[in-house]
Amino acid sequence: MTASAIIFYLLAILTLGSALLAISTRQIFRAAIYLLFTLIGMAGFYFWMHYEFIAAVQIVVYAGGIAVLIIFSVFLTQRSGELLPAQKGSRKFFAALAAFCGFALAMLQIIKYPFRSESGSDTGPTVAAIGNQLLNLDVSGYALPFEVVSMLLLAAMIGCIVIAMRAKPEKA
Amino acid sequence: MNNPGLYHMLFVSTALFFIGVYGFFTRRNLITMLMSIELILNSVCLNFIAFNKYAWPGKMDGLFFTLFIIAAAAAEAALAIAIIINLYRSHNTIDVNAAEEMKY
Repeated sequence: MTASAIIFYLLAILTLGSALLAISTRQIFRAAIYLLFTLIGMAGFYFWMHYEFIAAVQIVVYAGGIAVLIIFSVFLTQRSGELLPAQKGSRKFFAALAAFCGFALAMLQIIKYPFRSESGSDTGPTVAAIGNQLLNLDVSGYALPFEVVSMLLLAAMIGCIVIAMRAKPEKA
Repeated sequence: MNNPGLYHMLFVSTALFFIGVYGFFTRRNLITMLMSIELILNSVCLNFIAFNKYAWPGKMDGLFFTLFIIAAAAAEAALAIAIIINLYRSHNTIDVNAAEEMKY
């Protein structure tokens, strides 16, 4: 077993283990912290595959932005030290059954299908190449989706402000 | 235990996806349901990057899809939290069972 394989298995244990804890713990603040560890494990996977740019985006947007947003909303809406209500055993059982059946079905299909698997290059795409293709107007360029996403983010920002704005008290 | 490749990556992302699905089924708190959705979106991102690396190493399309998924997920999380805060203001709870006026 090479060092790279050992790192892969450690990352897999970190990611899947903390994901399991995040959805099973009854303390919501701990769930948020476990989710943060899962997101960092995903960034580790991107580093492991030599996609440094995506790893950086993952850390900045997910671990830095979304995780903090979730933690703040936990602070705003939950009393500290309060446990989430326990779910019914039957609901847990059937949810686990459904998830396991879906997992088994998907893995069966994946294992049976002969993917065109190459070993992959040891160096990921450079940031210059990413930028060139992202803002390219050619057929293979992504300039239009880039602009659409910027519009989406702007619309989401305005929408958040409008939704979360406190309605003014009506004057009598 | 051979060298990890595409199939190992797909195993991890499939497991993460169905962990998220399980969480979405069992949780009844809106913030924890949002966390499950984040897990699902993350597993899809990992899938795109794995296929990009192992099946089409010369291309970068999977990378761009991942970038756009992350941007859409950020917008979605921000909107969802705005709605959750608003719901907390009007109902004083964020349990999905408490917000069912529009159900029937």
